Amino acid sequence: MKSSIWTVMKKELSRFFGDRRILFSSVLLPGLMIYVMYTFMGSAIGNMAGTGERALSITAMEIPPSMTAMLQERGLSYESFAHYDQDEADRRKEKITAKELDLLMVFPANFDGMVAEYDIGSGAAAPNVQLYYNSASGSSAQAYSQAVAMLDFYESSLANKFDVNNGQETFDLASEKDVSGQMFSSMMPLLLTIFLFSGCLAIAPESIAGEKERGTLSTLLVTPLRRSELALGKIFAITIVAVCSAVSSTLGTILSLPKLFGSSGEQLDVFYTTGDYLLLAVVILSTVLLFVSMISIFSALARSVKEAQTYVLPLMVVVMLVGISGMFEHASGGALLYLIPVYNSVQCMSGIFSFELSRVHVMITVISNLVYCGILAFVLTRMFHSEKVMFAR
Amino acid sequence: MRELLTVNGLCKTFVLSKKQQRLEKTKTKVKVAVDNLSFSANEGEIFGLLGPNGAGKTTTLRMLSTLIKPDGGDAVLDGISILRQPEQVRARIGFLTSELKLEDFFTPNYLFDFFSNLHHVAPQVRAARKQALFSRFGIDRFAEVKVAELSTGMKQKLSLAVSLAHDPDVIIFDEPTNGLDVITAKSVTDFLLELKGQGKTVILSTHIFSLVEKLCDRVAVIIDGKLVVCDTIDKVRGGRSLEDRFFEIYCEMAGAVL
Repeated sequence: MKSSIWTVMKKELSRFFGDRRILFSSVLLPGLMIYVMYTFMGSAIGNMAGTGERALSITAMEIPPSMTAMLQERGLSYESFAHYDQDEADRRKEKITAKELDLLMVFPANFDGMVAEYDIGSGAAAPNVQLYYNSASGSSAQAYSQAVAMLDFYESSLANKFDVNNGQETFDLASEKDVSGQMFSSMMPLLLTIFLFSGCLAIAPESIAGEKERGTLSTLLVTPLRRSELALGKIFAITIVAVCSAVSSTLGTILSLPKLFGSSGEQLDVFYTTGDYLLLAVVILSTVLLFVSMISIFSALARSVKEAQTYVLPLMVVVMLVGISGMFEHASGGALLYLIPVYNSVQCMSGIFSFELSRVHVMITVISNLVYCGILAFVLTRMFHSEKVMFAR
Repeated sequence: MRELLTVNGLCKTFVLSKKQQRLEKTKTKVKVAVDNLSFSANEGEIFGLLGPNGAGKTTTLRMLSTLIKPDGGDAVLDGISILRQPEQVRARIGFLTSELKLEDFFTPNYLFDFFSNLHHVAPQVRAARKQALFSRFGIDRFAEVKVAELSTGMKQKLSLAVSLAHDPDVIIFDEPTNGLDVITAKSVTDFLLELKGQGKTVILSTHIFSLVEKLCDRVAVIIDGKLVVCDTIDKVRGGRSLEDRFFEIYCEMAGAVL
């Protein structure tokens, strides 16, 4: 029996790994795309947050001494005009429109004195600072945001009655490990669930519904091969390819997440041990087996790859919703919750990433997933026996 | 000659979908495809199933190859029941029909080895058999070419070679020359005679009279799932051409004059 399962597995693996197009689109491309996409997003966010290389070009007119110090504190260099000049201001505005200048700040003469004398209860107009910028230019919009933030800060400091968390002391008592765990546990279970399911979806329908569609499955059915051997051979082979696809996607994610989250220059420290990775691998493997078995059932029912993918779509929505639930809640109930397929895997992954793992829960998850997989493999075997399923027109 | 295959009261019915009911212009939901069919085939003979389209020939062959299960009756191949020991039956037969395809992605070499492995053929036996069959059909020149790139005739020859990878005792062919050009068809029919010469039993279905007259030792005429005549070609013909005799039988059955 083992040799026949192995023969079927080898054939399936040769089919997938021998076809460069399938290998590239199902295994290499997902990881590569995720890496490029997240890196690009991280870089774009970084540029928007001001980590770009180019210095902002700012012109200030009638700048008061209070502002000079604040601009220097923020590392913002500027060209200064001691007095307001209408012609010069117009030229600067044209430059902003042409995206050659980022910001023009025009203060009223004696701004500091006017602010000091201003009485809120008088009803008179408050001293007005004019900020000219171009919202269509990223650097101009950024310069405007920084100037508004600086002026808001100055305004609030004038009426300072109390402070919150003032001083150099560290008030956030979370360890770096917990911060990393929080970040990964909020994102990775959902992403991994989607990657694992997508990996299976790209391969399983092709292997079962595709063979039915092309008439090559019947050729196998007239050999001494048992239907159970055929079912297991296909499930194991698809699982191997789907795991490769998942590994590619996971690597792409792990390598690019620091670039995505580290946009403000922080470096992310990863504290996961080999044991954590091993447990994660066991959970992933049992989850992939479950996904492959579920998709295989739908694929056997379908008459074509397209039909199979249509059947699987509602299942994919359910799997995604369960994955999203992992971002917001952690199973606080009993161990029975870990008998719920897919939900148990999401919760286990979340537990591993947030360092709040219970080995009992992982064990229940893996064993229950394997039991479900066994039941589904049996159902698939019965389906391979069914004339209605195999030869449906 | 030793009786190798005994078919005893095979029955098969299909439930028709609404679409099939429309196509067949009938209101009955159940179609009797094979009705209490019994015949036997001997070792070293070519046995033909002759009948019009929809007579039940292919369904009979699919039951014999264990692709589908009969609703009634049984067939026994050298003491092995198709109902109780389907895997063992499949190990002793080679089945070829146009509905069974080979994967386009693989080469003839790979596919022959793959199917030999499924039949548990020893590697040294496999190599010798592959060489003999590939050179017989001229496949050796295309052994490393993907099936997708082979001609229809070459694909058919490859299917034939693959179905014989385990040296079966009984070879079941459904419409063996369907869709083939005359040269490939001649090559296939000649090979069937060679198999007979090697003592193999060949069971084939066809609606081509000349093929039956050329190849078959005995023939069973099937109309509407029922066995009408089963005898040697000469006895079935009764001194006339097989075609004339068949239409006579058909008219008697259908109550019509053609």
